[in-house]
Amino acid sequence: MDTPEQLREHQARMGWKFPLLSDTQGEAVRAYDLLHRVSDEQVVSRPGEFLVDPTGTVRWVDLTEDYRVRARPETLLAAFDRVNAMPR
Amino acid sequence: MELITRRRNFLPLAGFLVCLVAALSYFFFFYQFPVTRDLPWTAWLLFALGLGLLGAGLARAFRRRDVYRGRVTGSILAVLSLALLGLFVFATTIGSRQMPAAEGAPKVGEKAPDFTLQDTQGRSVRLYDLLGPAAGGSGPSSSWAVLVFYRGYW
Repeated sequence: MDTPEQLREHQARMGWKFPLLSDTQGEAVRAYDLLHRVSDEQVVSRPGEFLVDPTGTVRWVDLTEDYRVRARPETLLAAFDRVNAMPR
Repeated sequence: MELITRRRNFLPLAGFLVCLVAALSYFFFFYQFPVTRDLPWTAWLLFALGLGLLGAGLARAFRRRDVYRGRVTGSILAVLSLALLGLFVFATTIGSRQMPAAEGAPKVGEKAPDFTLQDTQGRSVRLYDLLGPAAGGSGPSSSWAVLVFYRGYW
């Protein structure tokens, strides 16, 4: 898992404005059941994306089956529009 | 008796190098763009070109062995290129799918587990605070959130 320093470098290089959070103990990764032990020494996160509404409810999930293939921004934005159009 | 010097055959080496470029360019360049990452068609095209050059090179090394060199080195390069292709196919079909199922991940309609983690400035960030009072957090306003868990080092 990336440390805050590694994330800072990444953020500086890519110019991202959104928060990057460091989960070196795997606290969030475990809570979301995304822990992936790749070897005896190495643990990573399985990729996953969650759209969460202001009540904390998950409204859309993308759990890719291939870690090379991730949800595109258009897909997420379309999902957001769709769930916002639904009556609560 | 005539001593005929056979010509050097650069095609097998060119073919192998193109195959090498096919694999390396995918992981170091084309990987950045979803349109070339999701389906590695640039690598397929380059592998096809590389194997074509190898085929042409081996063909003239074997069929016109009086004119062209390269039967041995060409064969070795062909084996290496096929091994490289095999590794590439494995990495991009089976290898990148080796992941746990994440059956315990929150589903649509379920509550997203809260967490508190450090951001790049060392500040503590709590999910429910970002979401606001409707989630039980102490933030001033209500907001949606997108959580992106990534593998790290691709």
